[in-house]
Amino acid sequence: MSIRMKNNFFLLSAFLCSFFTVVYAQETKTMQDTTLSSIHQLDDVVIIGVLEKKEVIPVQVLAGETLKKLNVYSVADAVRYFSGVQVKDYGGIGGLKTVNVRSMGSHHVGVFYDGVELGNAQNGVIDLGRFSLENMEAISMYNGQKSSIFQSAKDYASASAIYMTSRRPTFKNGKKNNLNIGFKFGSFDTYTPSFLWERKLNDHVKLSLSAEYMRTSGRYRFSYSKKDGYDTTEVRRNGDVEMLRIEAAAFGEIKKGEWQAKMYFYDSQRGYPGASVREEPGKYHHQDRQWDNNFFIQGSFRKYFKSWYSFMANAKFAYDYLHYLSDPREDVTTMYVNNHYRQMESYGSMAHLFAITQWWSMSLSSDFQWNTLSADLVDFAYPERVSILQSAATSLDWKKLKIQASILYTYVNDMTKKANAQAGDKSVFTPSFILSYRPWDRHDLNFRAFYKKVFRMPTLNDLYYTFIGNKYLDPEYTIQYNIGGTYSRDFQNKWFCRIECQVDAYFNQIDDKIIAMPTSNQFRWTMMNLGYVEIRGIDASICSHIKIANVNLYPRVSYTYQTAQDYTDPTSQWYGGQIPYIPWHSGSFILSGDYHNWSWNYSFIYTGERYEAVANIPENHAQPWYTSDISISRTFHLKKFDIRATAEINNIFNQQYEVVQCYPMPGTNFKIKLNIIL
Amino acid sequence: MKTNIFIIWLCSIVLLCSCRKEESIISSTSTGVTNGEKTESIKGFFLLNEGNMGSNKASLDYFDYETGIYHKNIYAERNPGVVKELGDVGNDIQIYGDKLYAVINCSHFIEVMDVNTAKHITQISIPNCRYITFKDKYAYVSSYAGPVLIDPNARLGYVAKIDTLTMKVVDTCAVGYQPEEMVITGDKLYVANSGGYRVPNYDRTISVIDLKTFKVTKTIDVAINLHRMEIDKNGYIYVSSRGDYYNTPSKTYVIDSHTDKVIEELSLLPNSNMTLCGDSLYVYSTQWSYLSNTNTISYAIYDINTGRTVSRNFITDGTEKSIKIPYGLSVHPETHDIYVTDAKDYVTPGTLHCYSASGKRKWSITTGDIPAHIVFTHKQLKDL
Repeated sequence: MSIRMKNNFFLLSAFLCSFFTVVYAQETKTMQDTTLSSIHQLDDVVIIGVLEKKEVIPVQVLAGETLKKLNVYSVADAVRYFSGVQVKDYGGIGGLKTVNVRSMGSHHVGVFYDGVELGNAQNGVIDLGRFSLENMEAISMYNGQKSSIFQSAKDYASASAIYMTSRRPTFKNGKKNNLNIGFKFGSFDTYTPSFLWERKLNDHVKLSLSAEYMRTSGRYRFSYSKKDGYDTTEVRRNGDVEMLRIEAAAFGEIKKGEWQAKMYFYDSQRGYPGASVREEPGKYHHQDRQWDNNFFIQGSFRKYFKSWYSFMANAKFAYDYLHYLSDPREDVTTMYVNNHYRQMESYGSMAHLFAITQWWSMSLSSDFQWNTLSADLVDFAYPERVSILQSAATSLDWKKLKIQASILYTYVNDMTKKANAQAGDKSVFTPSFILSYRPWDRHDLNFRAFYKKVFRMPTLNDLYYTFIGNKYLDPEYTIQYNIGGTYSRDFQNKWFCRIECQVDAYFNQIDDKIIAMPTSNQFRWTMMNLGYVEIRGIDASICSHIKIANVNLYPRVSYTYQTAQDYTDPTSQWYGGQIPYIPWHSGSFILSGDYHNWSWNYSFIYTGERYEAVANIPENHAQPWYTSDISISRTFHLKKFDIRATAEINNIFNQQYEVVQCYPMPGTNFKIKLNIIL
Repeated sequence: MKTNIFIIWLCSIVLLCSCRKEESIISSTSTGVTNGEKTESIKGFFLLNEGNMGSNKASLDYFDYETGIYHKNIYAERNPGVVKELGDVGNDIQIYGDKLYAVINCSHFIEVMDVNTAKHITQISIPNCRYITFKDKYAYVSSYAGPVLIDPNARLGYVAKIDTLTMKVVDTCAVGYQPEEMVITGDKLYVANSGGYRVPNYDRTISVIDLKTFKVTKTIDVAINLHRMEIDKNGYIYVSSRGDYYNTPSKTYVIDSHTDKVIEELSLLPNSNMTLCGDSLYVYSTQWSYLSNTNTISYAIYDINTGRTVSRNFITDGTEKSIKIPYGLSVHPETHDIYVTDAKDYVTPGTLHCYSASGKRKWSITTGDIPAHIVFTHKQLKDL
């Protein structure tokens, strides 16, 4: 086997995760979004902290204080607390972190930033470890799709979706400026200064500028030991990261409408620690590095023109650059690889909403997207892709019964500079159907069900990566069936203030799953539509609010049971085996609270036993892991400004574990945060 | 407080039903596959499973002819003190004297074990090591990791010379790009250079090293992307060219070691792996074409005396259809039983198939991931 293979595969499957395609569409929360009152509900993103109300589709949200209090650096760390989610984590701050919802694979998760899809036409995966929570207001995860019909066609186009919402400026008591200067310092020699400035120009226009710099050596100790066998402690090397993020945004209000413009810039360099395999201790060190630049601008406009008609438009341009270097002069074991990848994306979207009656509305959305990819690989095809998405949706709302139906048409046309290298055009219709029923007015008990069929396109790597790509690939389909219910209740004047729960059971199929297959030897792989997987699961979560004297407590529990079985090859000895890295049981628990100026958080994550390959045998068995994190913070109100100080301890029991085979995770680690708020 | 009770209850439930156990060494699995048979001098064989790259899952299996028992994954339990077991990607296995040598490619060393017990003796560090061969108390190992000159992209490979008494590298000799298998005749070592990293500028040569001076004395131009090598009793060397997976197909070439010239191009003998037994060269080929996106698999026997391909399918009972990706190939020197491994999808355990000399399947057994390299042993492996 060769290092080339290693590099190809690392690049292919893991580490090219940085193509930001962005459209703006402010996330609104409720089913009423489909009616015209929606425009004035935009600010409700700021409240929350609890599960979503009245959603007809399963959704989980972490927002506001709850999100702030979580001891996590990135969005990937936060979404681990949602039920039905598995995060594939290569460890440390710099390690790739991708999200898999209900075992359908990370290619089927749409990730939206400020309403906007972050794309990666090259490999279709977003590294959520790159998004810090520093400027994040809310993270929501939808199974199926967001149950609003006033949205871009892209919002219908993935099997599940994560919406990250950055902070929107709000100004208290006639203030015109907000300033928040932060400094974080922690284990792995991590330093993170950050800066946020918000400015109110006038009643209609607000500006915000946010910047964050992070530097870490990424070094940590990890151990491996076996009963009556070896016991070793090593240090993770070459896991350093240096990154700078700058975001600028303008938010405007117009009569019966609003607009937003945003600029995003991300620059980073990092090392690859590599797999932790047997080697002569201390003899060789990985030295390969990657540099990333991501830039995008996006704009959005939304206006309610008539009582029966609203309009929304989004536009975006993104440029992404990636440079990977492996140099044998630095590390004698590797071969020389020096590749540069450049991607561009242009995107535009229009959505129309028609309110036909009080209870009936319809929408039409059209999206256009153009992607290009260039790379200095031998025989590279230089693909370009044009995607046209058209959606039509309708929503019926009779108080007790709500129905939504939508159909999405996708047309994809690829072109390549290399003759006859392009894949054929794809032209596909996919439907979804959502139903919700509330039997009693007095009780906030809702039942819901949805069906959705959707696909993911083979990525540009799947199709065109030199020696691996296969231009004959078909799209990979997911079909989802879900039934469930939600219940919530507020209790007046009692210490037990509120409870919310939701339970969903689901059955998913993945057909024509695109998998890497070896060809004649380990040097040469290719992609094929071979897999068929069936997933059966239950997601449940409960959260509540408890108030005892001046102490507020917000417990939140989530649990998932899943079987995800590979039914690809009936002749295989491992037919029906649980697919890699999917635990049967997983769950999380958060208890956050506050008392006067104090607040704290305890969080616990549990991932049950699972296997690292579809052959569910002892050699592939992975132990359960569970970590506990705690944090405490205090706000000091001074005359002119506030100071907020936070201390965190993560993995307090120093558990040594792996999420991905041969990528050890950090043990106990610390962090201290200081924020000066003007 | 009720909440606290609730939390304690929840935590204890989670802890009770889910505790991590101390990770234990995975034991070997023993399966009877035959009733046992009388042996001549060969007592059994070791099979080295490569394991997919980055998974640290190279593993060692052993089959014992007298008991007929197949022992899967024997290394870990025999060497509980060796950190992280056998390592990452087992690329070659050979026996010399009373030692068993396993080349662990991505762990960058040669694992040296006692052939009677499979117990770890030492390890010899060689970055990106590929194959091993022996002569006169020295081991020779091919490696991709030659000296880096001005252009890091034009990095030659080398052959390392190891003293098997001290287990130290005593000399190295730079050869072509990405050297693979080697053969030795007299004082000459031939190594096939692939240049697999330099697509489309594959290497096309064999380097000839004089073992007395340990210097390259000749470079023979053959064909692109060379890999396997076998030498017959007449001094003819068979070398495989992998082709480029597009327009140049895989072929076999014959080199006369007396003249160091290519004497024949066997264009109808595509070659992924081969093994010589008696006068028969067993060759299988899985030819991948990126043009048609298909694998073409063939199992041939080439007669070295007549220079003819005498069989296009040495598996005669039709059972070759169950083999997805043939990978390892070996023939028992005494019984002429044929062993073919199936690597399947590379990420699940493979299968070892045993065929009689006439090509009828005798038995099959599940192995580790990517079963690949077989070495026959004259010493029965001792029980733990």
